[in-house]
Amino acid sequence: MAVEATTEKPKNKAWGGGVSPYNVSWGKMYMWFFLVSDAFTFSSLIIAYGVMRHRFADIWPLANDVFTHFPFIEGHIPLAYVGLMTFILIMSSVTMVLAVDAGHKRNNKAVANWMLLTIIGGFMFLGSQAWEWYHFIHGTEQGAYIMNDGTVARPSINATTHEIDLNTLLLPGGKTVSGAEAAEIIATSEHFHGANMVKNEYGHPLFGDFFFFITGFHGFHVFSGVMINIIIFINVLNGVYIKRGHYEQVEKTGLYWHFVDLVWVFVFTFFYLV
Amino acid sequence: MSAEHHNNDKHDSKHGYYTGDIHNQFIEEHHQSNSVSSIWKTFWILLAITLFEVGIAFTSIPHSILIVIFIVLTIVKAYYIVAYFMHLKHEKKSLAYSIVLPFLLILYLIVMALAEGNYLNLVG
Repeated sequence: MAVEATTEKPKNKAWGGGVSPYNVSWGKMYMWFFLVSDAFTFSSLIIAYGVMRHRFADIWPLANDVFTHFPFIEGHIPLAYVGLMTFILIMSSVTMVLAVDAGHKRNNKAVANWMLLTIIGGFMFLGSQAWEWYHFIHGTEQGAYIMNDGTVARPSINATTHEIDLNTLLLPGGKTVSGAEAAEIIATSEHFHGANMVKNEYGHPLFGDFFFFITGFHGFHVFSGVMINIIIFINVLNGVYIKRGHYEQVEKTGLYWHFVDLVWVFVFTFFYLV
Repeated sequence: MSAEHHNNDKHDSKHGYYTGDIHNQFIEEHHQSNSVSSIWKTFWILLAITLFEVGIAFTSIPHSILIVIFIVLTIVKAYYIVAYFMHLKHEKKSLAYSIVLPFLLILYLIVMALAEGNYLNLVG
């Protein structure tokens, strides 16, 4: 038998032929190298973001001033919402490993349950991202005045009354203008709320472009992952892997799902924290 | 062909599967290395790091130091995800190196591109 012949090979001859040098199936190796190439794509996007941020370092908006919403709570709460999104994604990664672990133990029912929880986690993350996009696109109540040269002047908010103060405008880089100068900006500039691909109220237009592209590309990965997870879940329910004798397909899907989590860890750092 | 192998070896006490390629080698699954307790340990580490990151973002630590802390902690998180969740720690060393070493090129791109970004304002 071919299997017996391979076991006779000396162990230190991994690359001498006759054995699988990486000791993984072709499917898992393909998944790993696909993920390497996908990681390169994401790296390029995040590095491009970094380059433009360094280029416009003096006027680049701070994420802490942009993403400050939290559902059902009024006020300025930066980072809490993305922190929650990170928690949701890490949690769904845990349920995925538990599904793989249940697969190693050949417990079909447990695999199905953990896969279902992973899918729910994925949908929760996608819903959170939709909510985040909604607020980014619709913008704030005070909006901003976009001048002819593209510079953004944002009305300040009174610290005690929480009312919009049109007498003091905040310029990029921490500068403020007030009085007649502010009135002139308001008279000659376009009042704009939220963000689209061409302009946004938060600062440089590229900030919005990178936000849409990087979180959108990641979100599409999450969406694809959820769809693949659903297919695997249906397979598990139909007993496909009982017939096959092993749950390697769950492992390969798990690799992709953890990768999505891994990318989010970097997006979280470079878009929201740094 | 490989399906026959599966059926023949189903009674095998060792858990695993065949690679399905020309070698059709038996891959043993290691569950000890990825036990449920180590999964939850990894989860708590990731959660603690994330909470720590969000927490120190609001302190008065200078931004330049914060950036270094955030990037180091991100790499620590990435290590735990890849090593334990994606199980790379327990794969063959040669596979791990084949996957990790190409990222030296990304390191090079980061250094080159960010240096370039600082000078782009000189050309418009």
